[in-house]
Amino acid sequence: MAATVKEGDNTEAEQIVNPWEVASSRGKIDYDKLIDKFGCQRLDKSLIDRVERLTGRPPHVFLRRSVFFAHRDLNDILDAYEKGDKFYLYTGRGPSSEALHLGHLIPFMFTKYLQDAFKVPLVIQLTDDEKCMWKNLTVEESQRLARENAKDIIACGFDISKTFIFSDFDYVGGAFYKNMVKVSKCVTYNKVVGIFGFTGEDHIGKISFPPVQAVPSFPSSFPHLFPGKDSLRCLIPCAIDQDPYFRMTRDVAPRLGYQKPALIESTFFPALQGETGKMSASDPNSAIYVTDSGKDIKNKINKYAFSGGQDSIENHRKYGANLEVDIPVKYLGFFLDDDAELEHIRTEYGAGRMLTGEVKKRLTEVLTDIVERHRRARAAVTDEMVDAFMAVRPLPNMFS
Amino acid sequence: MLSSKEQLLARLKELQIDFSQYDHPVVLTVEAQAKYVGHLKGALSKNLFLKDKKHRYYIVSALSDTKVDLKVLSQRLGLGKGGLRMAPEEALGEILKVPVGCVTPFAVVHESARCVSLLLDQRLKSQECCFFHPLSNDMSISLNVSGLDKFLESIGRDPAYVDLEANPPVGKDQPPDLAALVPSDALLQDFEAKVVADKSDVAVNNKPTVVTEAAKPVKPSKLSVKEKPVNAVNFLSFADPEKFVNEILEKASALIISETKDEKIKQHGEQIGTVVSNSMKHHLRLELQSLATTFKNSAYTDGFVAGKNYQPKRL
Repeated sequence: MAATVKEGDNTEAEQIVNPWEVASSRGKIDYDKLIDKFGCQRLDKSLIDRVERLTGRPPHVFLRRSVFFAHRDLNDILDAYEKGDKFYLYTGRGPSSEALHLGHLIPFMFTKYLQDAFKVPLVIQLTDDEKCMWKNLTVEESQRLARENAKDIIACGFDISKTFIFSDFDYVGGAFYKNMVKVSKCVTYNKVVGIFGFTGEDHIGKISFPPVQAVPSFPSSFPHLFPGKDSLRCLIPCAIDQDPYFRMTRDVAPRLGYQKPALIESTFFPALQGETGKMSASDPNSAIYVTDSGKDIKNKINKYAFSGGQDSIENHRKYGANLEVDIPVKYLGFFLDDDAELEHIRTEYGAGRMLTGEVKKRLTEVLTDIVERHRRARAAVTDEMVDAFMAVRPLPNMFS
Repeated sequence: MLSSKEQLLARLKELQIDFSQYDHPVVLTVEAQAKYVGHLKGALSKNLFLKDKKHRYYIVSALSDTKVDLKVLSQRLGLGKGGLRMAPEEALGEILKVPVGCVTPFAVVHESARCVSLLLDQRLKSQECCFFHPLSNDMSISLNVSGLDKFLESIGRDPAYVDLEANPPVGKDQPPDLAALVPSDALLQDFEAKVVADKSDVAVNNKPTVVTEAAKPVKPSKLSVKEKPVNAVNFLSFADPEKFVNEILEKASALIISETKDEKIKQHGEQIGTVVSNSMKHHLRLELQSLATTFKNSAYTDGFVAGKNYQPKRL
């Protein structure tokens, strides 16, 4: 990472969480401390029940398992929705690598659920300019990666009649850029350094990037989608490390006469080797990729997934598995839809009656199913389809 | 479509590419080849067929004495250390359509090798002519690489020459220098899963035959219980109502058949209808939704393309 991240907003040296670095001196991230420090709210059961009532369908597995666990102003969005005032969704991806793993898909899987459940439109930002700057890619390479990633994103099942995908290099300009300048005028150099930890050594591209990720929160940035709907609210599903961008945006919005965007935030997806391991694009064994075959998945889980089971069968039957650190059980928490089955596995495995092998086998089945379905959907995504998703066009039925 | 040695040679002549050809007994190695043509004018080439962990394939064609370090190459392509290995033998036949010992840059002429990346040794350029196999290892042809370039360009390929012996550092601030040579539309040739992703190349009519067998009932395949044979489908059919309906009916039928076995009927008796119906909703919902979304998005895209190219009425 080229940006030398100083403490900035994170005055405690224990945890560093910002868009370019996630680290904890204790290995594991303390999410309660994070919520306190950032000032967002916990997503509690009453909110989940409310979502279920309003949408008339069971809440997504990520809500039930507290994968998406924090929010800002979600209640206000729901209040407005109940009165018949719609909103739109905004999420994005920094296309830094071609290979996508399951962790990358999580915000998109959840956003698709939100789109289907609330029947609202969605804009997806591909920050190719950001990756060009931070990862020192050429402009062409970052644009190429953006298009490639778009295909995997589309394969998550977004409705083309309600979804606009755009890359910064393609779209920045016009109304979007006007909002960028308005936002920039409201954020001092000192403030942006304070929020993101930039230093005097960082180039000016980085320092002026944050408004690019801020303005999709404002409907006037998309005059072809939301003409005249300046008070349309925005809900942003993202991982919690993106919070700084939107703290800044929410701070600026009232000064521009815009609504503050609401957020719904997720925890981080653990690497196969455990919470303290780092998922990295150069280590293919740290994650399950969407291009992995069933055989690869089975192999990776059996060989690399960190087990909380005991070292011998006798000890395991005696003490049970350590569910706190066991990766297969954690992964099942993300991807096994059936609450009852997950409970059963946790109970039996925790008591030592179920062995690691069985848990890993079930996980392999679940993940293979997901990856296979993704691959089939991906096979149907053509370059023309990407062009269509990315075309600047009206979406006439976006709220139906 | 060129598929054989004869057709290749005829094509080279058509393009007026100068080459010399030498028949010899079948050879499987550069050493064996050297026995027959080593004394002739022309440098011997060694040709590697490689695969990365994301099932993408590469041909590396180099002078026989160029040092090719797979670890370095893997890093330069952005695949990490150890991301490249020799492709399995089956891939030679399936993708390159050549026998063992016959890897050659000319193999990219095949439709099936559309997505194979071709890396050519810069040092080939310094030779007056080089030896390659023309899709069969009972012959070697020698030609100047400009001839090879002309051929590649005639099939729509951009020849990519690389200094294979270079070892530039790859790190946070130095991106892999060969990253652009990694095939972008991953032709997912995984022999266990047998999933083939077609590109949207409408102009190419000689695609592999469209095999639309609807999804079969779940039978353990020879290699692994998890993998089911999946259709190789032309992208056009994703928006075809008939195929769409067929696939839904096939999946539903398969489920009904598997849920109405003797034991299950005995177990549920009169309730079997409700049980099967619930099972169907539970198991098929996600899959059918995915299918329907694909259908919708494909149809919309077809409309979008039509709209882009529509000619307004003459007034």
